[in-house]
Amino acid sequence: MDASRPLAPAVGGDEVAAARSRALAFLVRRDRYRLAEGLPWIAAIAAFFIFPNQMILGGQTLIMILFALSLDLILGYAGIVTLGHAAYFGLGAYAAALLITDLHWSEPFSGLACAAVVAAIGGFFSGLILLRYRGLALLVLTLSTTIMLQQFGNLFRDFTGGYDGIPGITIAPLFGRFHYDLYGHTYYLYCLGVLFVASFVVRRIVYSPFGQALVGIRENDARMHALGSPVHWRLVVAYTISAAVAGVAGALFAQTNTLVTLGVFDFDQSAAVLMMLILGGAGWLYGGFVGATLYMVLQNELAKLSPEFWQFGIGALLIAVVLANRHRLFGRFARRVRALGFGAKP
Amino acid sequence: MPPVANTIVSILFDGLAWAMFLFIMSVGLSVTMGLMGVVNLAHGAFAMAGGYLVITATAKWGVPFLPSLLITFVAVGLVSVLLERSLYSQLYGASELDQVLLTIGLTFMVIAIYTYFYGPQPQSIRVPSYLLGELHLGDRSFPTYRVFLIVVGAALVAVLWYGFEGTKIGAMIRAAVDNRRMAQSVGINVDRLFTMTFAVGSGLAALGGGLASQLLGLTPSFAVIYLVFFLLVVAVGGSGSVWGTLAGALVLGISDTAGKYLFADAGSFVIYAVAVLILLVRPAGLYGRE
Amino acid sequence: MKVIGAFAASFLTLWAAASHAETIKVGVVLPYSGANSDLGNQVDKAFDLYVKLHAKDLGDNKIELIKRDEGPPSGANARTVVTELITNDKVKLLAGFVFSPSAIAAAPLATQAKIPMLIANAGTAWITNLSPYIVRFSFSMWDPAYPMGTYAASKYGCKTAAAGFTDFPPGQDSTLAFKTAFEKAGGKVVDEVRMGSPGAVPDFTPFFQRVKDEHPDCFYVFVPSGSHAGGVMKTYGDLGMRQAGVKLVGPMDLIPDYQLAHMSDAAIGLVVMSSYSDDLDTPGNAEFVKAWHEAYGPDSYPDFMSAAGMDTMAGIFDVINTLHGNLDDGAKVVDTLKGWKHEGFRGPIQIDPQTRDVIQPERAEEVIKKADGKLGVKILETYPQVKDECKELKVGRCGS
Repeated sequence: MDASRPLAPAVGGDEVAAARSRALAFLVRRDRYRLAEGLPWIAAIAAFFIFPNQMILGGQTLIMILFALSLDLILGYAGIVTLGHAAYFGLGAYAAALLITDLHWSEPFSGLACAAVVAAIGGFFSGLILLRYRGLALLVLTLSTTIMLQQFGNLFRDFTGGYDGIPGITIAPLFGRFHYDLYGHTYYLYCLGVLFVASFVVRRIVYSPFGQALVGIRENDARMHALGSPVHWRLVVAYTISAAVAGVAGALFAQTNTLVTLGVFDFDQSAAVLMMLILGGAGWLYGGFVGATLYMVLQNELAKLSPEFWQFGIGALLIAVVLANRHRLFGRFARRVRALGFGAKP
Repeated sequence: MPPVANTIVSILFDGLAWAMFLFIMSVGLSVTMGLMGVVNLAHGAFAMAGGYLVITATAKWGVPFLPSLLITFVAVGLVSVLLERSLYSQLYGASELDQVLLTIGLTFMVIAIYTYFYGPQPQSIRVPSYLLGELHLGDRSFPTYRVFLIVVGAALVAVLWYGFEGTKIGAMIRAAVDNRRMAQSVGINVDRLFTMTFAVGSGLAALGGGLASQLLGLTPSFAVIYLVFFLLVVAVGGSGSVWGTLAGALVLGISDTAGKYLFADAGSFVIYAVAVLILLVRPAGLYGRE
Repeated sequence: MKVIGAFAASFLTLWAAASHAETIKVGVVLPYSGANSDLGNQVDKAFDLYVKLHAKDLGDNKIELIKRDEGPPSGANARTVVTELITNDKVKLLAGFVFSPSAIAAAPLATQAKIPMLIANAGTAWITNLSPYIVRFSFSMWDPAYPMGTYAASKYGCKTAAAGFTDFPPGQDSTLAFKTAFEKAGGKVVDEVRMGSPGAVPDFTPFFQRVKDEHPDCFYVFVPSGSHAGGVMKTYGDLGMRQAGVKLVGPMDLIPDYQLAHMSDAAIGLVVMSSYSDDLDTPGNAEFVKAWHEAYGPDSYPDFMSAAGMDTMAGIFDVINTLHGNLDDGAKVVDTLKGWKHEGFRGPIQIDPQTRDVIQPERAEEVIKKADGKLGVKILETYPQVKDECKELKVGRCGS
């Protein structure tokens, strides 16, 4: 909306006019950068210095944050619940891996771009068909196609390496200069940089008119139809972008793990990213940050305490969060956090 | 018997046994989902708990196999009521996402608890000798345990059919699935109906777990590894319907068996391919309403 | 001056003593949670038991096991935990690894950090080629499968065979090994049936019914040791395949000892190629099984994975003693283990100095009903020195 153009003349006196101008000011202001939005990034950089021995975990966490961010675009903003997002993560991972092992092109950033394109193509064509469905049908459709993709990969073992995967994925030094150390420091900074750029892009999309249309679809899809909004096409575009970002996350995983197996398509993977996102809060740009960090770090630390029974702790956490949320224990806290300026829930 | 007919009989028989297992496991999930829209991912945990209870009852307490199945049905059904009243009831009207998180959390905890008490090693069940071996019918023979599974499944279909179509409570459940608000406004206590169906559904899952441990073995992970199949059956059949679940279980059970029998390379694809094709044409499932 | 001298001397003795009494940290990577944690459990119990029984053998040195969850079979968690073990916990050795992808993911780390990686289970044949720091104590998938193929064709009277396998690399490898040997010995494999994924035990009936209708002489089955094995035996018995003339053969994964105790009589007559079973008459085995029951109760049985676990720990203890507790140089540790010979519960084993893979006896065993009414095994044929044929024949990735 063009802020300089006046809205239709106020008919209800001063109060309505004032409300209108407040609304207008809100719309103009809401996508401004706030100081508090720097917090996650400061935390991520601080972690680099405080936990130098755990940067592989750090890198994996950043990758899951990126994966959760991609899911947020389609689930949190457009309100489409799927159980097959691992498909695009996996496509990206394999694209990045095969580029190195089969085509001998090992420059990391072009690997990410290649993965994004492959995953986006997959997202576009599957989205064209799948996004006509909702609810349980969509859950089962996305779940089944991902499992079929995995089994398909297992049939073409010579190409995918099957469940033993493609080992020895070695990317060229970053910018041709920085090598990858055992401690994972270079990997961590690489992932952080990619996550930063991707978050910036997703943020722009979310606060664009296109992003508003997605929220409109989430809130009232019939009304968006009535308004003449091309609902299906908007969803397909959002799904394609989401798949591309998931593909980048997958490519980062392949590049930093140096091994990619058909396990990337596991149902567990789709379920885990969904859990992380819900845990941190869907429909909020930093939901993935909170959820993935909480889940990954807690899982790692609990598994150190008890390699056998750590799931008990994670389960208790999930239940506690849902119940606390239900009884609005976090309500005031969450409002405070939002008031800090992480961006209101659109 | 000519080979082709022999093949068809094999597929139909094994498919039917597998379908009955899927039906017993999924019917509770389907009806609760249709009634309250609750996505209960802890359904498999009830099945797992049932399997362990049957094993403990037969091996440790010396209860015969058939009564222990009955005990399991009742005991797990009652425990599920406690959980429903204390945990699930807080979620009515909450978003699906919260339900997913809570029920997955519950499943994780149950798996850890059972691993603690029973260990991760697979447990075997001793079924009575009259259920082992083969039954001879004409020039064919059929594994007795699978015949037993089909008989139990058929009996449950009959009981559920009567309960759903022939009793007042069944009519109330059907009304509530069709239109919950309308049902409430004519004085039906939907919450209580839900508690009842939840208990019966969980009890049936436990029964299914007890029956399945003979075929599939039992570890604490039983709670999650077959969950995908149950979701497939519910979606293909259409949630909230006994007939739908039966139809979904039959279609998927028989096509899964046929696929595995006929295609050495790609047998495991078939169940997913069939589910996808059906849902693309009928998104609400075979018996669901658009 | 004298005082200072005495002081310095005593300080030096103290320092020397301290440098000899080391606590050696070993990172143990096994699946402790998830669908296949029963496999990790068998190895974990063996590690603990060995340390308990032999702690005094280390003299002044001590060993500390730092256990981490290997995670899912995809190996996605392995890199994280192995890196942390190396960088954070400063372990000198890595041991364990049930799933091959975990070992494959960890191999580059072992090379980069020069930390020896001692494999106690993962059986994909070519893993040992991935890093000069890998030493395998357990087996290659080819070790039991290849002699099984030879035995089935030449001694067991099978002209045709069908193979059924869980569709993941160990199953694919095992089937290829069986087929290679079986056809070399003049047999013919008529059908290869993929039987689902390792995560969930499928209903085996359709697969087995298909094979029953094909009437091969032998049916070679590979499934992961664990709950799959119980399902295989039940289905085989239920379908009356033995009566129909189809003989079931396979690697020892079909009858892990803790499952054999619960199997029905349908298992009688089954022939497997095995490196270890509880009944084996090797030196010390009876005492080992007894110690196991004392430690873990009468319902827990050691199996081939536990035997390999015991041998892995034996290797670690020998290295610590040979090198007097100084394991800083990973290459030296690996050199010490090359050609290492040991009288294990499997029989005499050796680490091949060229491939760093184990050389072990394999035995064709038949399941019988013992005098006490329980199921046991009878040895039909022994192959004393089995090497990984995949690397010998340079098949596929084994050749690189």
